[in-house]
Amino acid sequence: MRVTVKLFATFRDGRFKVEEKNLSEDSQVLDVLQLLNILPEEVAICLVNGRDVKEQHVLNDGDTIALFPPVGGG
Amino acid sequence: MGGYTGKILRINLAEGKTSTEPLNMELAKKYLGGRGLAGKMFADEVASDVDALSPGNKLFIAAGVLTGTNAPTPSRYMVVTKSPLNGVIASSNSGGYWGAELKFAGYDMLVLEGKSDHPVYISIKDGEVEIKDAGKVWGKDVYETTDALKQEFGDDKAKVLAIGPAGENLSLMAAIVNDLYRAAGRTGVGAVMGSKNLKGIVVRGTGKVENANPDQMKEVVANSLRKIRENGVTGQGLPTYGSAVLVNIINETGVYPVNNFQGSYDPEADLISGETLTEKYLLKKHPCYRCPIACGRYSKWDGKEGAGPEYETAWVFGSDCGIHDFDAIHEANDLCNKLGLDTISVGGTIAAGMELVQRGYIKPEELDGTTLEFGNAKGMVEWVRKIAYVEGLGAKMAMGSYNLAESYGAPELSMSVKKQELPAYDPRGIQGQALSYATSNRGGCHVRGYMISPEILGLPEKLDRNSLEGKATWTKIFQDLTAVIDAVGLCLFSSFALGLTDYTALVNAVTGFNYTDEELLACGERIWNVERLHNLKVGYSAVDDTLPKRLLNDPISSGPSKGQMHNLPELLVQYYAERGWDKAGVPTPERLNMLGI
Ligand code: SF4
Repeated sequence: MRVTVKLFATFRDGRFKVEEKNLSEDSQVLDVLQLLNILPEEVAICLVNGRDVKEQHVLNDGDTIALFPPVGGG
Repeated sequence: MGGYTGKILRINLAEGKTSTEPLNMELAKKYLGGRGLAGKMFADEVASDVDALSPGNKLFIAAGVLTGTNAPTPSRYMVVTKSPLNGVIASSNSGGYWGAELKFAGYDMLVLEGKSDHPVYISIKDGEVEIKDAGKVWGKDVYETTDALKQEFGDDKAKVLAIGPAGENLSLMAAIVNDLYRAAGRTGVGAVMGSKNLKGIVVRGTGKVENANPDQMKEVVANSLRKIRENGVTGQGLPTYGSAVLVNIINETGVYPVNNFQGSYDPEADLISGETLTEKYLLKKHPCYRCPIACGRYSKWDGKEGAGPEYETAWVFGSDCGIHDFDAIHEANDLCNKLGLDTISVGGTIAAGMELVQRGYIKPEELDGTTLEFGNAKGMVEWVRKIAYVEGLGAKMAMGSYNLAESYGAPELSMSVKKQELPAYDPRGIQGQALSYATSNRGGCHVRGYMISPEILGLPEKLDRNSLEGKATWTKIFQDLTAVIDAVGLCLFSSFALGLTDYTALVNAVTGFNYTDEELLACGERIWNVERLHNLKVGYSAVDDTLPKRLLNDPISSGPSKGQMHNLPELLVQYYAERGWDKAGVPTPERLNMLGI
């Protein structure tokens, strides 16, 4: 399946802003993190299609994943 | 006693008289200072039916008990008055350096009364206070005024607070700007200053603020500094990217208002994000007095330099106006600082104007050739200028989006609560924030109870933004705690890392008092209720605890949060009960008695 991965703030350093990724069926957010070399504890906000999820969340074809380190307020 | 200077400076501008009076310590213990103490004195001294722009209104400019101390983020002062925009108790907060300098000069608060018969400014050099002619700077912008007043004062270390042309022209969105780029922006406080013919206040102080328990203070400060450093938001996120780092978070969550709240997601938002600001525009950080967070930005754009936009500003002149031209956003932001305007209200009013044009209410012939259209950056910048100088349609717009839209028979196109423009969060997808918007004591506002913190950022813990559970309780606690932070003179951003116990420890170490956490939070609740009572007196009631029609009735139409809707009616019932108010949103005598009001 194909998902869109969006990275923000320091997660972009040495990586990318947006990329499409091919994943095997039943992949979890955790698999995406491993692929990107991001530790689960570095993630403050993980959104899948705008909804807050945990790293065990199982992904579906066409999902958009947005990952943020701890950032701020305004 | 530490923290307080113990003195209030009262200036009657009509009579040209100044006097010093002792701080009423009994009141200060109950209301702390800043927003709290000034709010209580305002409520006691100013009749509720006074016209906000008449000489009978008073302007309270108050530092907090921790302002100017070595507590983290001790820069804040608060302007309290009756709002000319909506009649509520206005309290508008600013950082920078001016507030701390006022304390160094020996004052906790200024009370400005009456109206001068000609333009004046006030000069304060420690105990020496003078009212001086401002004829030469009347009509000048904030930057020119700041320079000129400093020069006349003859000390480069002096701090200047001033209004720009917008305040002189009595725009209901006029701000009071200090240290060039920091503004008490909201609720039209700049117009009240303008109505008094008061152009600015220069202050220089050589004293210092005492700590009652210096040893205890050292420990408490070290502890809270460590928390701020170790917290991801205050230690890394805000220092690296500034508050505009929120653009992408709020947008990806699908609660990011677009085109005057007609949409809630912007596919191009990254063009005006904190990440882009840092990569392409940032020159350096621009912190307020003794701030370890340093979220303030100083940027370059289009051959110019100045303070960089905050989240709200990037959003409002950006996506809310359909614009992704970061140069234009910088320009509009700079014009607001320079001409003395509130960015959120001005951007929100321009966005409302764009929708009024889109729907055919405003006719092309009213625009005098300046485009007012979503996506048109050049026109947007020019409207900021026209608002400040009340030119053409700019004069109508200077009265705010509600008055503008109402004059065309379409008040529902103003995205405001109690006539004040809403900030950058669509409340339909964030239950607690919806409640916080509806019940804010100064009208549409995010910093009276920033529920975004738990509902989106997960601080101090993550709450499900779509659930109602616990939201009334959380909102009340956030509102009361914010009132405490505003009253002690610290920056609200410290609360991403610090909690009630930290604030109690800081206040106790500085003052030598022995507040418990509960007692300190009760000060916040007291402040909230005093403000509520004023607003009820001027005619507001439960029906005004609401949202603009579009947000009230229609679910989010597109983007990641499509279909989401607030449940304000249910939340309000829970909230009034939580506050100990009756079903009509009026504080009960029992609760007021309990709070000692
Ligand atoms: S966090 Fe930002 S706004 Fe608050 S005091 Fe520090 S620099 Fe000023």
